[in-house]
Amino acid sequence: MGQLLLRGMLAGLMASLLAFGFAKIIGEPQVERAIALEEQGHSHTHSHSGAAEAQAEHSHDGNAEAADEPELVSREVQAGAGLLVGVAVYGTALGGLFALAYAFISGRLLHLPPRSTALVLAAIGFLVLYFVPYLKYPANPPAVGQGETIGYRTQLYFAMLVFSLMALAIAVSFGRQAFEKLGGWNASILGAGVYLVLVAIAAYALPAINEVPEKYPADLLWNFRIAALGTQAILWAAIGLLFGWLVVGSRERFAR
Amino acid sequence: MSQSAIISGTSAAPIPLKEILPWAVFAGLLFILAMYFVGIEEGAMSIFNSMYVHEFVHDGRHLLGFPCH
Repeated sequence: MGQLLLRGMLAGLMASLLAFGFAKIIGEPQVERAIALEEQGHSHTHSHSGAAEAQAEHSHDGNAEAADEPELVSREVQAGAGLLVGVAVYGTALGGLFALAYAFISGRLLHLPPRSTALVLAAIGFLVLYFVPYLKYPANPPAVGQGETIGYRTQLYFAMLVFSLMALAIAVSFGRQAFEKLGGWNASILGAGVYLVLVAIAAYALPAINEVPEKYPADLLWNFRIAALGTQAILWAAIGLLFGWLVVGSRERFAR
Repeated sequence: MSQSAIISGTSAAPIPLKEILPWAVFAGLLFILAMYFVGIEEGAMSIFNSMYVHEFVHDGRHLLGFPCH
């Protein structure tokens, strides 16, 4: 079991390097743009004339620190080492949790060969723990979202996440009960249907959050959210594949 | 299983629950704590009060989809 856990963490670490590469190349330009926009908004209430915009542009490539808040961590560190460490810690922990979940379900809920089990688990994990909560409360770039509501927004996000997990648990128990009568394929479809209905109800019942400022650039929001979705998709997909690669023996690993 | 199947082979025997449980409790807690520091610390909740953790992992927090300012 300790071996399995280490493999999960290793898979998570390697996967997070890939996810970091994507976040750095695709995500960071959006974060930069969002922060530039934020500072522009701070220093000028009216920034529609060309001169004001040029002035704002000038102020934050020079010394943004002097503007409002003193910076504890420079933008370069946030976008480099900070992003790497953040994603790597998250990815390694996720890989470890993945290994624990794998140990629980392998041979119990999923009767598949190891690599298939890992990939199916990664797909379900991505959908249930990230994609479904994301559909209700999508990732936002800096400056979208008010500081005062962070506690409320965090509670709602995790409420959606917990509902999604509970829906999965209920769906699995439905699927297992139907397994005898309907067979694996139909029981799985029934389980998926139960899950979808339950999360749809949860998403409908939970309050909506929309703190996107008026006239916020739609392309920036879209690009940021796609980058955030891609980062997590790469992380989960790579964990599923790398973990599978690590758990099978080396002979099986390269078998045709 | 037919020869042309992409996925074939058998599943491994399940690992006994007694063996998994202690690992799940201790390692699981540790992993969740690690994720907490990346995702929430000095945002919605705080253990330390420097804002340093928040600022350091700021970009990762946004790009991993956690609610942030």
